[in-house]
Amino acid sequence: MPDLGLNVLLQGKNMARLLGGLWVALRISLIAVVISIPLGILLGILMAGKNPVIKAILRVYLEFIRIMPQMVLLFLGFFGTTRAFGWDLSAEFAAIIVFTLWGTAEMSDLVRGAIISIPKHQYESSQALGLSKRQTYLYVILPQATRRLIPLSINLITRMIKTTSLVLMIGVVEVLKVAQQIIEANRMVSPNAAFGIYLTVFVLYFLACWPISLLARHLEKKWR
Amino acid sequence: MKKLRNLLVMTMMLLLTLGLAACGGGGDDGTVYRTLDEIKASGEINIGVFSDKNPFGYVDANGEYQGYDVYFAKRIGEDLGVKVNFISTEAANRTEYLQTGKVDIILANFTVTPERAEAVDFAAPYMNVALGVVSPSDRVIESLDDWAAEDEMIVISGTTAETYLIENYPDIKLQKYDAYATAKNALENGNGAAWANDNTEVIAFALQNEGYTVGIPELGNQDTIAPAVTKGNTTLLDWLNDEIAALGEENFFHADYEATLADTYGMDYMESLVVEGGAQ
Repeated sequence: MPDLGLNVLLQGKNMARLLGGLWVALRISLIAVVISIPLGILLGILMAGKNPVIKAILRVYLEFIRIMPQMVLLFLGFFGTTRAFGWDLSAEFAAIIVFTLWGTAEMSDLVRGAIISIPKHQYESSQALGLSKRQTYLYVILPQATRRLIPLSINLITRMIKTTSLVLMIGVVEVLKVAQQIIEANRMVSPNAAFGIYLTVFVLYFLACWPISLLARHLEKKWR
Repeated sequence: MKKLRNLLVMTMMLLLTLGLAACGGGGDDGTVYRTLDEIKASGEINIGVFSDKNPFGYVDANGEYQGYDVYFAKRIGEDLGVKVNFISTEAANRTEYLQTGKVDIILANFTVTPERAEAVDFAAPYMNVALGVVSPSDRVIESLDDWAAEDEMIVISGTTAETYLIENYPDIKLQKYDAYATAKNALENGNGAAWANDNTEVIAFALQNEGYTVGIPELGNQDTIAPAVTKGNTTLLDWLNDEIAALGEENFFHADYEATLADTYGMDYMESLVVEGGAQ
């Protein structure tokens, strides 16, 4: 067994700090996920609709968020809002806003895609059966769209969790930053600690994302 | 097609508006920074330091900030009679923090350069620094003039090493990293032929990691490291300059070196690294 420098984690409060960092990362991404999924579904339904003005506005919003690298969005959200409007948002709050805007935009496009992927004859059959427009959406279209949406939204959610590694650029000390701090503080005594600590970070990210994958698999089976 | 063009135009307009807003703001109700009196009245000072740059600014096993810069920051807090809030900064966002007033002072190993002096105000220096280049001992790079075209140089974004190389050696391909720890990993993994950084960094790196040699200990001009405040914050700047001069009387930075840097560089580098009392 090569020396992975894992003993470094047992010194002082290192392990607690690393878990604290993970909690910061999860707090930011999960709050953003909880807000952006319902918002994204709402916007996605609007985008699949017929109103051209709403569609155009949402399209611009989506493209803006999609084109900008998340790092730029974080800088705009944290430093840009101070420069432009004089707002002094805390770094974590700015990160939650950016992640919510991002999650909402991407989620809305996933929802739009899922809805328009439902073939036209489903609408026509529902109409033939005498279902109202609302009933068609509620009982025919959305259940099918939701099932198609699950793997896509899991991708988005896990991606949001992992992308929190960028928030260190606006001064939020999350799990990766704590890991780098621990590695650096011990670079003389335990130069190998980088391996052990990055490995630990990998395991932590895995433990955070895996239950979400399990839940998705469970839902997919249940709703088949 | 026309729809697509409209969309493009709209997006561009939106981006432009946002861009203008981002550049134009700041000065509407005066200043973004806090004056000396405002800091004292609030009872807290925000100081931006590195949290992963041992031995200048790092966090120990108990979660406490430590290092040469931090030792000075703590003294500033003591002498002002305020609590110090340490903010973890990266090399690439130090100027931004000051320009938006999100920290009062940057004490993150900030090298004084003419470009930076236009964006922020530097106080008197407290340390000397030059650039250095470290490379694996089996292929030591001693000069940048015969740089092999396929080799890449590791640098950290936003550091003086990056600007110096872009200006003076535009042909050298750079591999840029955002954080110290990732740049270090890159060198250790052999992603680049060498790593250019402040010479203190590369000397310490070569002393601690077997198999690496500082082929170029001094590259470019000798520079200084100084505290920086938001442009125009004269009350805080003047106080810092007086503080640094006063600390010279008691050889504060020599004590700081002994407490924080001696373990890494030994006592040999003390006189060449420390600047006492802001003296030239």
